[in-house]
Amino acid sequence: MSTELGLAVRRRSATPSSGTNIRTNTPQVSKIVDIDLCIGCKACEVACKEWNDLPAEDTSNFGSYQSHEDLSATTWDLMRFNEVELPNNDLAWLIRKDSCLHCEDPGCLAACPAPGAIIQYQNGIVDFDQTKCIGCQYCVSGCPFDIPRFDPTTKKVYKCTLCVDRVTTGLEPACVKACPTGSIKYGATEDMIAYGEAKVAKLQARGFDNAMLYNPAGVGGTHMMYVVPRGEMLGEYGLPSDPNVRSNVSFIGLLRNLRRLGAAATWAGLLGLGAFWLRNGRHNPPPEEEAVEEMLLVGQHGGNGQHAGNGANGEGVEEPPVVVGDGSTEAKEVS
Amino acid sequence: MELTRRQFLKGSALVTGGAASVSTFGFDLQPAHAQVRQLKISQATETRTVCPYCAVGCSMIAYTLGDKAPNTVPTLLHVEGDPDSPINAGTLCPKGASTLQLALNGNRPAGPMYRAAGAAEWTQVSWDDAMDRMARMVKDARDKHFTEKDEAGNTVNRQTGFAFLGGATISNEEGYLTAKLMRGLGTVYLEQQARV
Amino acid sequence: MTNHWRDFKNSDVILVIGANPAENHPCGWKWAQIGRDEHGTKIIHVDPRFTRTSAIADVYAPIRAGTDTAFFGGLISYILENKLYHEDYVKLHTNASFLVSESYKFVDGLFSGYDAARRTYTTTSWDYERDIPPEGAPDPSAAFAKVDPTLQHPRSVFQVMKAHYARYTPAMVSQITGIPEGKFVEIAKLMGSTGVADKVGSIVYAVGLTHHTSGVQIIRALGMVQLLLGNVGRPGGGVNAERGHANIQGNTDNAISWEVLPGYLAIPRPGMETLNDYISRVPAKQLRPTSINFFGANYKRFLVSTLKAFYGDAAKPENDFAYSWVPKPAGNSSWLTVHDEARSGRLDGIIYGGFHGVAVGPDSNRMADSLGKLKWLVIMDPLPTTASEFWRAPGVDPADVKTEILFLPATHWIEKSGSFTNSGRWAQWKYKALPGPAGVRDDNWILGHLLLRLRDMYAKEGGAFPEPVKNLTWNYSNPGNPPLEEIAKEVNGVDLTTGRRLASFALLRDDGTTTTGDWIYTGSYPEEGNMMARRGTDDPTGMGYFHNWAWSWPLNRRVLYNRASADANGNPWDPTRPGVKWDGKAWVGDVPDFPVASAPSANQGAFIMTGEGVARLFAPGTLTTDGPFPEHYEQTEAPLNNLLSRTERNPATFIYTDAAASFATDDKEFPYVATTYRVTEHEHYVTQHVPYLVEAMPDFFIELPVELAEKKGIVNGGRVKVRSKRGEVEGVAIVTKRMRPLTIGQGKVVYQVGIPLHWNFSGGKGAVSRKPEMANLLTPYIGDANVRTPEFKGFLVDVEKA
Repeated sequence: MSTELGLAVRRRSATPSSGTNIRTNTPQVSKIVDIDLCIGCKACEVACKEWNDLPAEDTSNFGSYQSHEDLSATTWDLMRFNEVELPNNDLAWLIRKDSCLHCEDPGCLAACPAPGAIIQYQNGIVDFDQTKCIGCQYCVSGCPFDIPRFDPTTKKVYKCTLCVDRVTTGLEPACVKACPTGSIKYGATEDMIAYGEAKVAKLQARGFDNAMLYNPAGVGGTHMMYVVPRGEMLGEYGLPSDPNVRSNVSFIGLLRNLRRLGAAATWAGLLGLGAFWLRNGRHNPPPEEEAVEEMLLVGQHGGNGQHAGNGANGEGVEEPPVVVGDGSTEAKEVS
Repeated sequence: MELTRRQFLKGSALVTGGAASVSTFGFDLQPAHAQVRQLKISQATETRTVCPYCAVGCSMIAYTLGDKAPNTVPTLLHVEGDPDSPINAGTLCPKGASTLQLALNGNRPAGPMYRAAGAAEWTQVSWDDAMDRMARMVKDARDKHFTEKDEAGNTVNRQTGFAFLGGATISNEEGYLTAKLMRGLGTVYLEQQARV
Repeated sequence: MTNHWRDFKNSDVILVIGANPAENHPCGWKWAQIGRDEHGTKIIHVDPRFTRTSAIADVYAPIRAGTDTAFFGGLISYILENKLYHEDYVKLHTNASFLVSESYKFVDGLFSGYDAARRTYTTTSWDYERDIPPEGAPDPSAAFAKVDPTLQHPRSVFQVMKAHYARYTPAMVSQITGIPEGKFVEIAKLMGSTGVADKVGSIVYAVGLTHHTSGVQIIRALGMVQLLLGNVGRPGGGVNAERGHANIQGNTDNAISWEVLPGYLAIPRPGMETLNDYISRVPAKQLRPTSINFFGANYKRFLVSTLKAFYGDAAKPENDFAYSWVPKPAGNSSWLTVHDEARSGRLDGIIYGGFHGVAVGPDSNRMADSLGKLKWLVIMDPLPTTASEFWRAPGVDPADVKTEILFLPATHWIEKSGSFTNSGRWAQWKYKALPGPAGVRDDNWILGHLLLRLRDMYAKEGGAFPEPVKNLTWNYSNPGNPPLEEIAKEVNGVDLTTGRRLASFALLRDDGTTTTGDWIYTGSYPEEGNMMARRGTDDPTGMGYFHNWAWSWPLNRRVLYNRASADANGNPWDPTRPGVKWDGKAWVGDVPDFPVASAPSANQGAFIMTGEGVARLFAPGTLTTDGPFPEHYEQTEAPLNNLLSRTERNPATFIYTDAAASFATDDKEFPYVATTYRVTEHEHYVTQHVPYLVEAMPDFFIELPVELAEKKGIVNGGRVKVRSKRGEVEGVAIVTKRMRPLTIGQGKVVYQVGIPLHWNFSGGKGAVSRKPEMANLLTPYIGDANVRTPEFKGFLVDVEKA
């Protein structure tokens, strides 16, 4: 196999023009997590680690079946457990696979100032290229689902790649392959949506009146969707009810940090973007520019550097750590 | 039933569908596009095995380094489910998905170990010495506790000097050999995991 | 399993009880959830704990651990009282019509024939009423049983059964089990809905049902429910035990079990001096004029062929095929007995071939004590175990342990070929993927070198009865490490007159001209090749049989007793889900578990393994030690008196030396009911050596109800101690609504505590913490009345904040 095998790119972070976006007919791929079929076995969690050669962490039981309290730079997939008493006195054990949702409009990519560190392939997969990551963690604050995690040792940010190495060669993602009950499925987005809609109907027939397909419009839809049997309990599943890119990206904060970074290439990229925008106006930007445009819109709304969004756990996320520039692109965490 | 990953990829049409139809979703063979990580099993040999844990009997594919040429030492790279199986259809639970770490495990003893009565540590011994000692212990126990006729005069031909208690991750063939050998020695204390 | 994993997809209702398949058998369990998505299968879960299976079930009911006989007795009663049984099936395929002997009695929890001093029953009164034996018949027990096809005779099995279970009303079941009465009735109705021809239900269980002093009777009761509903032998039905180890099924088939020879041939007892003695006393007798009694009739062929496989040319007609060489145990020789013998100093040594002696328990302290009394111990295992490490366990001074120990590191499954037989009886061949590390050896290498050394030693120095040692067949191409392919062929068996391997056990002979290592595996490796290695993925019937994938015993049948999937005329009860069907000349569909050309009109009986030709609702004679009908008794340690009779405990259990003193006699000091189990992230003990699994479920924990935790000041994530009369453990508290307080008896509230069993001192965080983390430190040293499976589930404990 040629090592030059690659994927068509739709957008790259901090890059005004990238990819071969003329290939707009490329089929879109998605995962769907049918929570009704999920048994919380953590096969996806372990398969993800095994395939990606990630080290085991020294975890401790904190009064739950959940293995880790949170995602980490070496845990990209986590089963979250939540016990809920129902009005009829029955019990629901809500279990959700938490990992990157691969937003159609990725907040991480919009927020990322490092050219090419975050890539969205033409098929919808959002991938991080750690060789280009500058460790500023803007992606972390840009994500409405609180997914990317910073590793202080390598000073890079990591998350699920949707097993882009596997899907490139025709294999399904490791979590999908392992999933014992077929709760996680993978295929063309339209097929996944069709599955989700049909399953929602079945769940409604089984008495789950609020069953829903979670594919939030605020981020343009996601390339990992959920079939949620108890749609009235999104919060209990740890899913934001209305995730939104705008609420999560702070352009002024971005600029402040970019200045400190002094990354010439980044500036060059942004200036190029600015020129493009002036020439073409804000209407109908080419797809790869949409995210950046979102970013600019947020700036107009007067972001103040405070992160405004919610983490997936419903708690506010702290302001992103200040990144100091010393002339190199190596970022240091000081907070 | 072995197939190298290389052969597999050769046999599957990356661009035009066939077995690899999923690969046509959004991928492009033009070198101008973003390069992704190399598939870590692209040069591996596939061997079919069965999961060693519960009794669902999930088929697995073990991916080992190299093509089994005599100059290579194969090591395990990855294990995943065999999609052909009508039982697991390629899936694995967390235990099956981590069998790599069961096989390649730092806690495995490097060789036979002996612990003398009252000793505080293991001592490394040779296989020859270990087997000599085992055979001596087994023979002495059998000879000392062998009953040809019981008190009522019945022919019983049993030894009650030692027990064999077998696990349940050995194959049928090993299990049968165990049962045959142990009954051949006259063993009545022969048990395995089924009851406990 | 009578059925197989894929077959869950064919069910309308699946009752899961004493099992947690979503956690412990996820990849097989999937077919139940796929069935629900495809055609609306209803999933019921009954378990002391709300588990990951309960989380996806349609109906969940909590139950007090160890009261399953009451639950099933209640189902039987509900089905009978509400006429939900599949009447045609019951008449055709069960012994409901058989008449029970007049001498059979059941009074206040005791069956007739009880000897209180010996704690055993004489079972002669548990019989059918027989026809008068023909003139001059040598054996009156061979006389046929009388029947009343109308089921109206007061001593018909049907009526006796109905009377027996009339006491098991929903209210009574609720008081005993703690299942709310309404929930019980909901479950009874749902399961009862499958008692018709066009519906089928499955019952799925695991060791949650067997780990009791009445474990065998619990499974019998489950089987009776399935027979009454007409669910045995049918696709989507069955009595389905989920087995917990990769080849526990195969190694039971191959008889690493004290009481059997390969293929479930009973081990001979002292006094059965000759082969003919054995054959006249052991096999079942034909009990109805048209029944085949297949097993009983062929027993001698199977045994002689096995003796030929074991002893080769030394097994001759002149020496009764070396029958006398087969060891005859003096009595029970099972797990508990072995360790009791060790503890009493009567056993010199134990060879553990892949087994965690101490952690497995029960009463791990007592187990460790037993091992310490041995002269020697040999461990064959890839990884350290609690048996290999007990001499330096927490709190043990190695100097005090005089046992000499050898650790022989063995290869892993992936480092050798061979077949594993799964729960559904599918024997699947695997291939060697990589060599083992340089310092380890195959199990067969160890066994082979042991035998070769022993033969040398017996030749040089003589010794006790060397003939079987000398004559055991060992004609392998590598005697020091017998190749697995050659053994697979030996297990299959050979026609010695032609030298060709046999395709079916029907070809086995009792004259010494055939061999088989295990008759139920005959056909697994015939002349055309290794059937266990087949990889065909075609499923022409759409029923999920996959006859060309691997091979299932017997003879590649995928559903046992499948003749019962059809009616008296040979038509499937449900044409949309056929098992087998009579096409006028032969039975077609699944491989028939029946003579393929035996017309329905011959009425030979679907249950060919029994002398009756039908399935047994009433189990006569010596089939059980504790009664022909399952009866509820309380656990060895219980928080409630038996509400059904004054016979509190199973009266036929065996009490080991000193064990009674270690049982709590009431719930005053130990008020809470504890149960043990696995979680999905671990398999028994070995996975404590797997870093990803230790990461996924890192610490020993104890699950307890919120109400109990509040009472004891225990917080979620804090630490908790659990004590029984035998030991103590300490772990992380998971305080959860999933552990529900139950109301039993007259309003008594009982709390249940869950203790997973994986943690121990030989690996994982348990090896580091050195804390008492083995669930079996708590469990009682007592077993089932029939097979002595220990009572790991449902014992009494106290709980405190640590």
